[in-house]
Amino acid sequence: MFEMQTGTNMSTNSGQTLLDFSSVWMTFPDGTKALEDVSLSVNAGEFVTVVGPSGCGKSTLLRIASNLETNTGGTCTVDRDSIGYVFQDATLMPWRTVQKNVELIAELHGLNKEDRKAKAAEAIELVGLRGFEDKYPRQLSGGMKMRASLARSLVMKPKVFLFDEPFGALDEITRERLNDEVLSLFQHEGFAGMFITHSITEAVYMSTKVLVMSARPGRIVASFDIPFDFPRNHDLRYEPEFAELCGEISHALRGAHQ
Amino acid sequence: MSTSENTTSLVDELVHEQKQKFNISDYSGPVIVFALFIGAWYLLSNVILPPEKRFLLPTPHKVVNEGFLVWKTGESRGLQPILLSLWDSAKVALIGLAITIVVGMALAVIMSMSRWLERATWPYLVAVQSAPILALTPLIRALIDGAQKQRVLVVVLIAVFPIVSNTLFGLLSAEKSQHELFTLQGASRWTRLKKLQFPAALPNIFVGLRISAGLAVIGAVVGDFYFRQGGVVGIGAQIDIYRNRLWGAELIASIIMASALGLVVFLFFGWLSRAAIGKWHITTRGH
Repeated sequence: MFEMQTGTNMSTNSGQTLLDFSSVWMTFPDGTKALEDVSLSVNAGEFVTVVGPSGCGKSTLLRIASNLETNTGGTCTVDRDSIGYVFQDATLMPWRTVQKNVELIAELHGLNKEDRKAKAAEAIELVGLRGFEDKYPRQLSGGMKMRASLARSLVMKPKVFLFDEPFGALDEITRERLNDEVLSLFQHEGFAGMFITHSITEAVYMSTKVLVMSARPGRIVASFDIPFDFPRNHDLRYEPEFAELCGEISHALRGAHQ
Repeated sequence: MSTSENTTSLVDELVHEQKQKFNISDYSGPVIVFALFIGAWYLLSNVILPPEKRFLLPTPHKVVNEGFLVWKTGESRGLQPILLSLWDSAKVALIGLAITIVVGMALAVIMSMSRWLERATWPYLVAVQSAPILALTPLIRALIDGAQKQRVLVVVLIAVFPIVSNTLFGLLSAEKSQHELFTLQGASRWTRLKKLQFPAALPNIFVGLRISAGLAVIGAVVGDFYFRQGGVVGIGAQIDIYRNRLWGAELIASIIMASALGLVVFLFFGWLSRAAIGKWHITTRGH
C-alpha cells in the first residue's frame, strides 16, 4: 500500500473511538444473511467509507449503528444520542420551508424556538443555503435539497455522522461540489464520519480510510488508508497517486464481486 | 464556505415559481359551455318536448321570471320560500358535514394506527357507503326523534366514506425514510401523527373534504324527502311539493338553487385547499 505521509490536521480529541462494530452479524427474519463477522471502528477525526456491490449490506451497517435494525450477533457500540443520519434521498418534509425543515430534528429534541432558530440559521449558513430559508422543497434543485438535509443533521452537532449514499442521485458536478462541502464540514466540526457509496473516486476523495465489502453476506475484505492531506483540492482526483489508489480499490472490489 | 459566489450559482439552481397570469382561455371554456347549455335547454323546452309536456321544463327566461324574480306570491311561490328552504337544508348539510369531518377523521386516525382495526372496520364503511340509506328510514325514525336530527344522520351516513378513505390513505402515505427520520429521533406516536402523518395527509384530506361536502348537500336534499315536519321544510321537500303541483318554474328554480349550494360548498373547499396547502403541494396535469 502507500508509503505517503499521513498528515491530517484533525487535532480535536482525535483517536477516541466513537463508533465500533465488533464481529457484527446480521441475518434478516427471512433468512437473508446481510453481514458476516464485520469488525470496524471509526474514531473522532476519521472519515471511513465503505464501498461494495449493490445489496451487499453496506447500508445495513448504518442502520444497525443508528438502531433502525438490530444486529443478530456481535456488538455495535455508539452514542446513539449523538448520531447524524443522512439518507439516500433528502427526506425533506414538502410542507415545511427550508428553515422549518432544518429546524425539524432540533424541534423533535424539544429545543425551544429561539434556540432552534439560531442553530438552524447557523447550519443553513454552513451549507450555503442562506437566502433560501423561505423556499419550499419543491422549489429547490436536487443538490439544494441535499444541502438542506445536511443542515438538518448538522443542527444537533452530532459526534458521529452516517451518510447512506447521499449523493448517488446527483449529477457529477453537484456531487463533487457537495463532496467538498461535506469535507469542509468534517474539518470544521471534527465528527467521526461513516460514508456509504458506490463510487470509488468519491470514496477515495472523501475518506481517511476506505473499506471494501464483499457481495452478500457482507464481509470486510480489504482496507485502504488514504494518505492525502486535508483540506483536499478538487485536482487531487487527477493525481497519479489518487488514480493508483482507485485502481487498487477497484481491483479489490472486483475480487469481492466474485 | 458559503461565499457569495457560491450563493449566486445556487440562484441558478432554483426552480422559479410560475407566476399566475390572466389568460382569456381560462374563461372562454366555461363561457362557451354555459352558452351551449342554455341553447340546449331552449331546444329541449321549445322543440324536442311535445307541446303537452312542455310544462315539465319551462324555458330559461320563464324560470328566471317566475322562479327568481318573484319574491313571494300566494302559498310558497317565488324566491323567498325557495331561499328559506335552501337555508334549512344548508344548515342540515353543514351540521352533518361538521360531524362527518370529526367522526371520519377520528376513524381514519384510529384505523391508521392499527392494521387490525383497519381490517375490522373497513367492511362496515364500505357497507354504509353502498347501503340504500333510504331503506333504513323507518329504523332511523324509530331510533331518533326530530326531523332535523334524522336528516343530519342521513347526511353523515352518505358523506362519511370519502373522508375516511382519503384521510386514511393520506395518513399512510408518508415515505418510509421520513418515518425513519422520526424513529431516529425517538419521536412518540403522537408527534409522528402531528408532525409527519397529518401534514402528509392534507392533500388527500382536502380531496376527501370536497367529495364529502358535495355528498353532504345531496344527503340533506334527499333526507328532506323522507324526514319533514311542519313549518319551513328543506329544499328537497320543497322540490317535492312543486313537483306534485306541477309548478315547473319554481321546481327548476329550486333545483338550480340546490345545485348552486353544492357548487358553493365545492368551491369553498377548493379555495380552502389552495389556501392551506397550495404553497407546497402541486398538482400536475401532465402537459
